[in-house]
Amino acid sequence: MSPVKKAYIRPLDIRHGCIDMGHGAGGRSAAQLIEELFLAAFDNEFLRQGNDGAVFAPPPLPAGARLVMATDGHVVSPLFFPGGDVGCLSVHGTVNDVAMSGAKPLYLTASFILEEGYPLADLKRIVDSMALAAREAGVPVITGDTKVVERGKGDGVFISTTGLGVVAPGVDIAGSNARPGDVVLLSGTIGEHGVAVLSQRESLEFETTIQSDTCALHTLVAAMLLAAPGDVRVLRDPTRGGLATTLNEVARQSRAGMMLEESAIPVLPEVDAACELLGLDPLYIANEGKLIAICAPEAADAVLAAMRAHPQGRAAARIGVVTEDAHHFVQMNTRFGGRRVVDWLSGEQLPRIC
Amino acid sequence: MKYIDEFRDGDIARKISARLAEEVQPERQYSFMEFCGGHTHAISRYGIAGMLPPNVRMVHGPGCPVCVLPIGRIDLAIKLALEFGVIVCTYGDTMRVPASNSLSLVKAKARGGDIRMVYSAADALEVARQNPEREVVFFAIGFETTTPPTALAIRDAQRAQLKNFSVLCCHVLTPSAITHILESPEVRQYGTVPIDGFVGPAHVSIVIGSQPYEHFSDEYRKPVVIAGFEPLDVMQAVLMLVRQVNEGRAEVENEFSRVVSRGGNLQAQALVSEIFELRTTFEWRGLGEVPYSALKIRPSYAQFDAECRFDLSYQPVADNKACECGAILRGVKKPTDCKIFGTVCTPENPVGSCMVSSEGACAAHYSYGRFRDIPVVVESI
Repeated sequence: MSPVKKAYIRPLDIRHGCIDMGHGAGGRSAAQLIEELFLAAFDNEFLRQGNDGAVFAPPPLPAGARLVMATDGHVVSPLFFPGGDVGCLSVHGTVNDVAMSGAKPLYLTASFILEEGYPLADLKRIVDSMALAAREAGVPVITGDTKVVERGKGDGVFISTTGLGVVAPGVDIAGSNARPGDVVLLSGTIGEHGVAVLSQRESLEFETTIQSDTCALHTLVAAMLLAAPGDVRVLRDPTRGGLATTLNEVARQSRAGMMLEESAIPVLPEVDAACELLGLDPLYIANEGKLIAICAPEAADAVLAAMRAHPQGRAAARIGVVTEDAHHFVQMNTRFGGRRVVDWLSGEQLPRIC
Repeated sequence: MKYIDEFRDGDIARKISARLAEEVQPERQYSFMEFCGGHTHAISRYGIAGMLPPNVRMVHGPGCPVCVLPIGRIDLAIKLALEFGVIVCTYGDTMRVPASNSLSLVKAKARGGDIRMVYSAADALEVARQNPEREVVFFAIGFETTTPPTALAIRDAQRAQLKNFSVLCCHVLTPSAITHILESPEVRQYGTVPIDGFVGPAHVSIVIGSQPYEHFSDEYRKPVVIAGFEPLDVMQAVLMLVRQVNEGRAEVENEFSRVVSRGGNLQAQALVSEIFELRTTFEWRGLGEVPYSALKIRPSYAQFDAECRFDLSYQPVADNKACECGAILRGVKKPTDCKIFGTVCTPENPVGSCMVSSEGACAAHYSYGRFRDIPVVVESI
């Protein structure tokens, strides 16, 4: 047995303990929380140094390569939902934001805002889930911060993450790059994340087998870029506001229109049924593990094949084309045989009364 | 989805579309009003307008319960939350309806009002049970469809002797609104209402049955076809209306016979009449005062009536003068005839009733159909 006593007499009582104001005060209990919970979960050489920032040499960048930085706050309610939780979501969300620039994500930072009284056991579940997601993605969390707010001034746990990545030379992905004639591809079925979260909301709880699709998409992106170097023009993950809002954003940035085919947009029957029941439209429901890609028409088949060969793109589909349209309308030929505008989400999507 | 996909079959839709094209008389104009917001939603979402012959025009009526809620009523709910400190519970899409002073229930919530979205009247009752120290008011809106659940909540509250639950009752009645469209003083102002027939409400008719519409076919010689909210229901109803017009008939036909009977749901009707009585008049947004068009809580249940309990008095608030909602709801004008449509009045900033919910005539056209009449010039307010 080591003659040196451990710094703390009593370890964190993760099973029964709660966050208190001391955990955010920068003293011994804050240090204990960081060491026993965060460091234990995220363990890597940068965190082990125990400094306020991570010092690292920039990766060797070839001429023409560029860095990408993206940041995102995660405030999902409830914090745990079928298929995920705020922890893995906070890794996937930022990894995907970096990846949608066509970049290889390298590092993450994490900032936690914790509410006084939040159970340590739940926090550990979240942190473990986050650490697992970071390890699976191969993108370590190399520095972070913890703050505690008084009971009632937070919603349990808020997590902000920032990601750093590198775009290879010759890759030019931007929302403004879509051109008339380009093809719009979607990596899979839409709406699972939003419906999974809704199913757990207070006063709306319903039984469902739908799981959130939350996942990191950077390896899918790498496979697509390999299949058609230079021909993938736009990448975007349709998160809040769903597919409809994302495509409207791209149409406006690119000063173009779009024409979609409703019958080509994949939606799981369970998602369709839940939306039907709630009076919601799957086109506006959030996703956390899907992407849209706009690519040159001649490269569409190759990119689609690369997507379908990847586990995250098995249900990938060609859902529409970019059109010339001074009004930047996203339109859709409905499965029923009609045509309509697919507009921006107006405010929050709320259930219809009858 | 079984029992849903069958009513969204594109092949059958194309056949009905072809049949309509054959049967409409080219020299004739057909204007049909779909009263319900649910029909407006289906027409917009599935692009039905483009599948009808050019001389068949659908007029979106006042059947969106959120759209027709007058500003003064939302003001009362906001007052309850902000001044009386009560918990106000209401249906989701009521939250965004604009009120006075640039407020809405969503904005009042941001200012500290305890306003909660619920999915049923029963949920509001549950909020009252869980907060015995607080007053809880259910802001009840909607047509005959949502009225029975409100009645049930009031009856349950009475049986449970709940002391902290009441209802701000804004339930309105479909037949009175249709009558108003056909014979109000404004009709004389606008001239003949160009409506050749009605697509009758779906869910409302499950409750009240098809019988109440016989008045319109008998007295006004307007055909009515009650239809479900699925797109094939709507197209079939239009075909049935075209046939009635061509044959000079004016009858109540029931396309939605899988759920609607002539007498309706008698149990629900009995419950509603036990709890509610007619208001002599009620203001509708876009239509103004409509006699005998809404319900209030009977005096025997006054303790559950928020208007009595908090001594509220209704103050009407005029709509923007440039707004053409009144004429649009009557089918006299189209959304694009209004000079503030798509410029000052948009779904983000609705000025008139028709722009409030996606089921409103203007919002439906703006959100789903405006590619038909571009260019839309977007100006700042």
